[in-house]
Amino acid sequence: MTLTSTNRNPQLNSHGELTHLLSTEGLPHDVLTRILDTAAPFAAVAEREVKKVPLLRGKSVFNLFFENSTRTRTTFEIAAKRLSADVINLNINTSSASKGETLLDTADNLAAMQADMFVVRHAASGAPYLIAQHLATTGQNHIHIINAGDGRHAHPTQGLLDMYTIRHYKQDFTQLTVAIVGDVLHSRVARSQIHALTTLGVPEVRVIAPKTLLPSGIERLGVRVFNDMKEGLRGVDVVMMLRLQNERMQSALLPSAQEYFKSYGLTMDKLALAKPDAIVMHPGPMNRGVEIESTVADGSQAVILPQVTFGIAVRMAVMTMLAGA
Amino acid sequence: MNIHIRGGRLIDPANGMDKHADLFIAEGKIVGAGDTAPERFTAHTVLDATGCIVCPGLIDLSARLREPGFEYKATLESEMAAAAAGGVTRLACPPDTDPVLDEPGLVEMLTHRARLPEFAHVHPIGALTVQLGGKKLTEMAELAEAGCVAFGQANQAIVDTQVLLHAMNYAATFDFPVWLQAQDPFLAQQGVAHDGEVAARLGLAGIPVAAETIALATLLQLARETGVRLHVTRISSAAGIDMIVAARAAGIAVTCDTAVHYLHLCDHDIGFFNPHTRLDPPLRAQRDRDALRSGLASGAITAVCSDHTPVDDDGKQKPFSEAEIGATGLELLLPLTLKWAQEMQVPLLTALARITSDPARIMGVNAGRLDAGLPADICVFDPSADFHVTRKNLKSQGKNTPFLGLALPGRVRYTLIDGYLAYNGTS
Repeated sequence: MTLTSTNRNPQLNSHGELTHLLSTEGLPHDVLTRILDTAAPFAAVAEREVKKVPLLRGKSVFNLFFENSTRTRTTFEIAAKRLSADVINLNINTSSASKGETLLDTADNLAAMQADMFVVRHAASGAPYLIAQHLATTGQNHIHIINAGDGRHAHPTQGLLDMYTIRHYKQDFTQLTVAIVGDVLHSRVARSQIHALTTLGVPEVRVIAPKTLLPSGIERLGVRVFNDMKEGLRGVDVVMMLRLQNERMQSALLPSAQEYFKSYGLTMDKLALAKPDAIVMHPGPMNRGVEIESTVADGSQAVILPQVTFGIAVRMAVMTMLAGA
Repeated sequence: MNIHIRGGRLIDPANGMDKHADLFIAEGKIVGAGDTAPERFTAHTVLDATGCIVCPGLIDLSARLREPGFEYKATLESEMAAAAAGGVTRLACPPDTDPVLDEPGLVEMLTHRARLPEFAHVHPIGALTVQLGGKKLTEMAELAEAGCVAFGQANQAIVDTQVLLHAMNYAATFDFPVWLQAQDPFLAQQGVAHDGEVAARLGLAGIPVAAETIALATLLQLARETGVRLHVTRISSAAGIDMIVAARAAGIAVTCDTAVHYLHLCDHDIGFFNPHTRLDPPLRAQRDRDALRSGLASGAITAVCSDHTPVDDDGKQKPFSEAEIGATGLELLLPLTLKWAQEMQVPLLTALARITSDPARIMGVNAGRLDAGLPADICVFDPSADFHVTRKNLKSQGKNTPFLGLALPGRVRYTLIDGYLAYNGTS
């Protein structure tokens, strides 16, 4: 049956324009491409002596991090500052939430401080949707939300910067075979990558992982599942590694980091099965010797540091588009 | 007080009756049905039921009244008003109150508080184990004397199978029915949604169907061992229904129910993390929903309940995985059952049986029928009028339902409890 309340994609307005960036899922091809196109000149800004542009002057960007992160928060902060916005950083797990304030109370309070943009990270999948819906029902549509990672659900700016990176090195998405390797089950990055890749027309997206690290029904997202890494890497153009968290060993999903590395760690030997010009990506932070060997991480096929650089440009692009500047 | 319900279509599933006739009520009891009043009957009140269906008051196998302990979510008064407005005249309430219904005194207090003429008959389900902790048996005989119709664990599992065996054996000693949910606590531990494509997409931790089937296998085996009268609450999967059917074929006398929302929704309805769809058991796949719909029609599922769980707004306005579980349902039991019946082309006689005579049988009460001499618990509803599910229209203090904003078939006009006009939807 059709429920009325929550089935409209909350990140697009009635004209199909981006009002929030919550997920790469459901973003039309042209919106995705426009974000990547918009990011290109910002990547050039980074090379200039003066790295600032005035596009977001006078706007306030609030970084609401309900979950710890230094790296992602920093890249958002740099992106906002290069656009000349005022940036306010809030680590909420150490302030209000621990005093019992609800997520929406926090959002309302910050909205009352004339925020223009919330960059939200939260441990629960869907948290930024809740804020977006709340802002819509309370008539505060002028505040834009960027999801900086919600639970296992989405990390769209990471997914987009990965697309930017792939396009930078490979140009045409429609001829590629891409493999995503590792803990797909717990990975918001993997989900954002999968949706973006399939929308951009990548004909074969593979996921490579042991069965314990794959959610059931993952093949319904349009990916080919491989449990054998060597088989899965054969002939691929892009290898996207995922971070493996140590907790996975405690929850009986894996026996040990050593055994994981043996089967699913990216080594030079395994990489040799991919196309000779294949690129290797990683969202960071890396666990060397767990999911990736140092010789690969520091090798000529790795584009891990360019990913970080492009990340700032992509986040600048997203902020600019949301602000309508 | 004599009441004459005039001009309606009487449907009494227990007696297989579906005919246009008047109903006569004297001193709280049904005294006759037909075209003419019984001898010496003078009506004090005449209720016009033209165009309406007159049926036994609805019997709900699970409605949380939130008293004692959770009065900020709902009170006896608010939820009893919801029951009456929903045509529900009798309900069983799960023991997961605060304190838990594990002591006769608490049960007596609740039934005493609920003894008002405009209130539905309340039958507490006693806790099977102390504090629902799954370790120590409650004083079941005492609790039964205090008014418990069955014993259960609400949504808590008994983890220790030996305790479960003992609990069932002890209940069987007195022929007390046990009502239990089939959900393996380990497989359901962190899960918040059906383990499938939707959970994978939304990044929600999944609860596999195996959580239901594994627990169900245990319950059925132990029911066979102990001979206890087992009622399985809130069955959610196609595989679960198959197991119930097979168990019956093998001679285990087991009944089961599902809740109305499962007849209409599946995991896709979670949409963009709608916290109103956070339910226990979780909304499962479309094929499971379809199996529940046909299982209820065939009788494989014995009855359908509201699983009424009022939650305050603060409890729901949270990210999906943190939102409180449950949906308000007393006022939706009839409309959603009617909607199911329309869509599945189930005759009204059968559909109404699932919310009157069938749950009465499970509850072990002589009710849910229109026999002369029985207490006049009656629901009069207009099947061609819609019930608009809005915050304002809902009498329940819980406005938490995924069906908000929809128009559903069936509007209650009158609800009579022991012949008392508990709800008048025409004024």
